[in-house]
Amino acid sequence: MSVIIILILASLTVALLFLTGFIWAVRNGQYEDTLTPSMRVLADETTEKICETKSKLK
Amino acid sequence: MSQPSPELLQTPSDTRRSSSGCFHCGEACADDSFSLEGKSFCCFGCQTVFSLLHENGLEQFYELNSRPGIRIRSPVAAAKWAFLDDPVVQEKLFDYADKTQVKVTLHLPAIHCVACVWLLENLFKLHPGVGRSLVNFSRREAAITFAPDKIKFSELAALLASIGYEPELTFGALEKAKASPLAKKSWLQIGVAGFAFGNIMLMSLPFYFGLDSFSGPWFRNVAGWLGLAFALPVVTFSASDFWRAAWFSIRQRVLTMEVPITLGLGAIYAASIFEVLSHRGPGYCDSLTGLIFFLLCGRLFQKKTYDRLMFNRDYKGFFPLSVVRKTADGEESVAISRLATGDKIILRNGELLPADAKLISGEAFIDYSFVTGESETVACAAGSHLYAGGRQVGGVIEVETVKPVTQSYLATLWNNEAFRKSRDNDLDSLTNRYSKRFTKLVVGVALASAVFWIFRDATKALKAFTSVLIVACPCALALAAPLTHGTAQRILARLKFFLKNALVIERMAEVDTIVLDKTGTLTTADAGGVEFQSAECGVRSAELSIEERGWIASIARHSTHPNSTRITRSLPLAALPVANFRETPGCGIEGEIGGRKIQLGSQAWMEKCGVICSSRGDEAKISGGEKSETPHVGSYVYAAIDGVLRGSFMLENSLRPEVGKLIAQLGGRFGLALLSGDNEREAARFKNIFGGRAILKFNQSPADKLNFIHELQQRGRKVMMVGDGLNDAGALKQASVGVAVVEQIGVFSPASDVILDAAELPQLERVLQFSRRAAWIVRTGFVISAAYNVVGVSIAAAGLLSPIVCAILMPVSSITVVAFSCGATAWMGRKLQVKERQVASSVCESLQPSTFSLQPFAKEST
Repeated sequence: MSVIIILILASLTVALLFLTGFIWAVRNGQYEDTLTPSMRVLADETTEKICETKSKLK
Repeated sequence: MSQPSPELLQTPSDTRRSSSGCFHCGEACADDSFSLEGKSFCCFGCQTVFSLLHENGLEQFYELNSRPGIRIRSPVAAAKWAFLDDPVVQEKLFDYADKTQVKVTLHLPAIHCVACVWLLENLFKLHPGVGRSLVNFSRREAAITFAPDKIKFSELAALLASIGYEPELTFGALEKAKASPLAKKSWLQIGVAGFAFGNIMLMSLPFYFGLDSFSGPWFRNVAGWLGLAFALPVVTFSASDFWRAAWFSIRQRVLTMEVPITLGLGAIYAASIFEVLSHRGPGYCDSLTGLIFFLLCGRLFQKKTYDRLMFNRDYKGFFPLSVVRKTADGEESVAISRLATGDKIILRNGELLPADAKLISGEAFIDYSFVTGESETVACAAGSHLYAGGRQVGGVIEVETVKPVTQSYLATLWNNEAFRKSRDNDLDSLTNRYSKRFTKLVVGVALASAVFWIFRDATKALKAFTSVLIVACPCALALAAPLTHGTAQRILARLKFFLKNALVIERMAEVDTIVLDKTGTLTTADAGGVEFQSAECGVRSAELSIEERGWIASIARHSTHPNSTRITRSLPLAALPVANFRETPGCGIEGEIGGRKIQLGSQAWMEKCGVICSSRGDEAKISGGEKSETPHVGSYVYAAIDGVLRGSFMLENSLRPEVGKLIAQLGGRFGLALLSGDNEREAARFKNIFGGRAILKFNQSPADKLNFIHELQQRGRKVMMVGDGLNDAGALKQASVGVAVVEQIGVFSPASDVILDAAELPQLERVLQFSRRAAWIVRTGFVISAAYNVVGVSIAAAGLLSPIVCAILMPVSSITVVAFSCGATAWMGRKLQVKERQVASSVCESLQPSTFSLQPFAKEST
């Protein structure tokens, strides 16, 4: 039955990965505003905007 | 930023009239005088914004939402923002600043739709100095990065204002703390608890089904140790707020709900350690983490906040950030915090006086409606004392401050005791009143069963003691109130009834007396009728002809003063070209149409302009509606043509729709009182509405209102205050429930517990009824969880508790309570909304007469 040890280790690794991902997301501010991104996605983002924003920030 | 070329502003003759209003803001267009590219606009401001966006390739703004723009009511002079270039102000406002880039977060109350978000995030297309901008819709904020060497902060503010998003910069904004890290922490706590709960549950499944015997006793050990390891961060980090609250309440010598919760948590973890160490079993960590996870979810559910609403505003939130100070070598913009006694400041039309002051020069017409509720402006002579909070209406005045901002009239109101005591602790909530008895009972039963087992079978005594504490851990109990309140809060928010926090519902359920403010709360300046009375100085002249009405409407269109807007609305006629238009702020407007001189304005201004009463050339002695038999409430606007008075428009301050019905409904159950800053001219009218039992008080100062509430409370009444404006701020704060009535959600409102959309005021009675039902649901939830506890505690006291019983009983009791709380509240709320729809239709009916009264005008004009 030692196979269950491997299974537990595998499941724990995956679960810990997800927990780390979650902590990163919260720290990164992704839970601060949950409303605006849903509105932002409705507008077409032109590549021009991305380029300009990037070049301006440099 | 380029201005539209003059050719574009000419009226093209071939444009079709748009039937559905201004292409930019959607307001009705009076005529075709503003149109561009086949689109009609209501005013020059809207047309300018459209052409600006059009030139910069931002037409998508109009595709995201139909008519998404904001009407530019009064163009703001760029000089207004000059104070933003003051380094002291900048230092406080900027999130980050270096030589090449600055990041600032601005509050833009005008943000209202998807198109706004898109436009503001594409702000960089309008000016090369603007970099990235990020909108937070729920907070109505935009975080903008810009290059200070390419665009000054004042220019950025002016740019935002020019497209309709005027930044709201108040004195209070300087002190406001930036986004709190608390929200982040509570998300992390839930995440950790959920993670541990899921993983421990996974390893506990074999035990539930008795499958652990297959893998041998070592598996039981491994699972036990892993469970303890997972549960450790949950108990220490995720549940840290419960430990802190329990410690606080013990120090306060009050038994709040957190005490039995932490007692249970501690007992479960201790028992689990004991079981794992002594190889008896895997412990109760599955139940423990699940419990904390559910509790945290319940807490998050209840903690619904409305980011765009501010419930804790004090006078600083109403004051501007800066004033213009007069110095030896001219004028300078100075932050209010740096204003000293004896400074000479200059106030322009519409500006607020931040400190008590003495008038030095200029014609002061001070509007104290903000402070006293009295709607008439006060004319002041040089040398007179002006109180902080007054708003200058009219020309430029110069004043000398006599008191510092913090000791002025308005600020002293905030020094009242009512503002210092914090009422937000929940020690008196339903849950905590219940938990006092509950905790004593649980500890009693635990001790009793331990004592019982010592005599029967001493080995079982400790187990029975901890088992009782474990099972009695009031998870379901602690969930009943948050879930009911959270659901109720969401339902009320849909009715535009925004609560500061969930506990307000409980306080609302206990209210037995309701105190109402008059001006702005029960009455409104917007909905009233406009009635024309022809000149009345002895000679009654003819009613206005269509031609004359057209003249007056055309003149009034050019002013943004609320009275002019109302007159324009009442005279839906085509606009005529106006020459030599001139507005004297706060006094009146004049202009020429086809060689005839038209004047509209106040009585005093008319007299000053030398308007005569009739064509016979009698001496002007203008008197208005005061002569008529029934005293009217509201303001008068006088109209003169070619220097001869034609008559006056009476703008009525009417009651909000359905107020009479609401008062009748409330009167049946609650004690009622009316407080007004106004004089007694309307006493008779309100006596009729309120009936004999209610208390009506006029000429009430803000402090009087506060004291009145305080007296009622000393007589043991639970008072709800319904008001608006700063003059009610003290009373709103003193009352058990303060309801601020606002015309527009998200704009100025004084500190309060509830923010209510004025249009929903007639709902008040139903909302109070709903809150009483919510309190009943909470109590029933207590009974249900108590029933489960009786079953669980009997098993535990008998010494028969096993992890599986615990793992079944706890979630089942929690789920029952959750389902009951949410379900019952939502059901009650659905009934509330069905009623609301009926009310909405009857409001429309009740509005009908006033629309009819405007019909004669409309008919003649077509």
